[in-house]
Amino acid sequence: MNPDENTQVVDEALTEESLIEEVSIDGMCGVY
Amino acid sequence: MLSDPSTAVSLDSAWALSPSVELRPEPFGALAYHFGNRKLTFLKRPELVAVVRALGSHPDVRGALVAAGVPEGQHAAYVAALSGLARTDMIRPVT
Amino acid sequence: MKLVEHFELGLDAPICLTWELTYACNLECAHCLSSSGRRDPRELTTEQCESVIDELQRMQVFYVNIGGGEPTVRPDFWHLVEYAVAHDVGVKFSTNGVRLTPERARWLAASDYVDVQISLDGATAEVNDRVRGTGSYDTAITALRNLHEAGFRDAKVSVVCTRENIGQLDEFKAIADRFGATLRLTRLRPSGRGADVWDELHPLPEQQRELYEWLVANGDNVLTGDSFFHLAAFGPEDGSGALPGLNLCGAGRVVCLIDPVGDVYACPFAIHDQFLAGNLLTDGGFDEVWKTSALFQELREPQTGGACSGCAHYDSCRGGCMAAKFFTGLPLDGPDPECVQGYGESALAGARTIPAAGQDHSRSAPSRNAPVLLTLSRRRPDSDLAPPVSPPVSACAESPLAGFAPN
Repeated sequence: MNPDENTQVVDEALTEESLIEEVSIDGMCGVY
Repeated sequence: MLSDPSTAVSLDSAWALSPSVELRPEPFGALAYHFGNRKLTFLKRPELVAVVRALGSHPDVRGALVAAGVPEGQHAAYVAALSGLARTDMIRPVT
Repeated sequence: MKLVEHFELGLDAPICLTWELTYACNLECAHCLSSSGRRDPRELTTEQCESVIDELQRMQVFYVNIGGGEPTVRPDFWHLVEYAVAHDVGVKFSTNGVRLTPERARWLAASDYVDVQISLDGATAEVNDRVRGTGSYDTAITALRNLHEAGFRDAKVSVVCTRENIGQLDEFKAIADRFGATLRLTRLRPSGRGADVWDELHPLPEQQRELYEWLVANGDNVLTGDSFFHLAAFGPEDGSGALPGLNLCGAGRVVCLIDPVGDVYACPFAIHDQFLAGNLLTDGGFDEVWKTSALFQELREPQTGGACSGCAHYDSCRGGCMAAKFFTGLPLDGPDPECVQGYGESALAGARTIPAAGQDHSRSAPSRNAPVLLTLSRRRPDSDLAPPVSPPVSACAESPLAGFAPN
């Protein structure tokens, strides 16, 4: 595969979801 | 506390980490906790953490992305991630 | 990488943790997860508690949930709260409200980074006091009123969902709204004294569904501490019906417990030698225990589904609650006792041995305000090893002797 094509695939796969994820401070089990 | 929607994150805008936010490094990137609004966000790439830390010392988002070594093809994705952080006041526009 | 996979391999510090400051308590709730009542003489001193806070600060723990027993009965409680906040560690404390006078409420309203959680298990005194004791409902409501009138914003009302109160969900929400507070619904686990009342108090299958549907419809402003991730299996197989939260067991991975004598357990619902990771006094401090204990290393290994791996809902329910399985004598790699697909009921019907009670700091004799359910249910920890449990008597059993076992 052409190296430029390879980079393109990686770029398209990078989404906001794969960079950040928000959770509630109360959103984990095992806490009062 | 949400950002004014009219100040959207763009490559040419200036942003900085909110003062109430603490960043804790983790093997995968970092945890960001906002002591004011109690939001907890996972920064899932070390590169993103580097960008967020660099924001305050660059005149615009593009400068921080370049300084952190983010390839140009990924800039749009990082701007989207920064928009997510702006929505929860993790980062604020520099006025 | 999915976030869940990151967590299953462990973090450098807990995201938040529970710290039980004392086993002493003015109440003797029938379902107390920490079997509290009497102070343990080995309780950490004020100086030792300050050292723990110093370490949490170094580890950048954002937030600690302080409980007990009743933490406010410690004379140094308010000092420790101030100390924590002054050292960059946010505090939420869980209380029955006994010490929340108007003056103390004003102090709290003026404090930043301190959150208050009031325990309430019935929307009426009749339902609440059966489990928590005479007068406990009034104490909790008074505390909420004091906080509200002092200008304290967004206290938490924390409810353990039981067979007896699931019909009151709307009323709980109304109480929280009335006092400017946020409702928190959590799961009853068969932990501590909860083991003694679990058979009669845990929600019935249809009530679990009622709870799930109520949360889906009303849960935008309701917290759950992610304690209902096992209910995600009520939703579609693609996991889209999961409630907000990480939807996995956090024990030893993102949370843990520090108990009043410095023991570190995987979870506040798992106070038992089986889940004891170490002691921060004797094992090199909390950071050392968190990072290197054998128990936590084991809990952080990727979990295979075991007997649950063939179930289409495994991805969203993750096999349910480790503590619920352990204290009902079920294998940890099998279904949760309250598995919504019904696999737990089948497992409970088989032969099992309920583990003997772990720690017990209960009062030696019930007080005159002891809740009705406590006096009915109490097993002593020094009694014979728990006999194998037979399945509960069916409501359809016809024989008048069904379930009768002569002494």
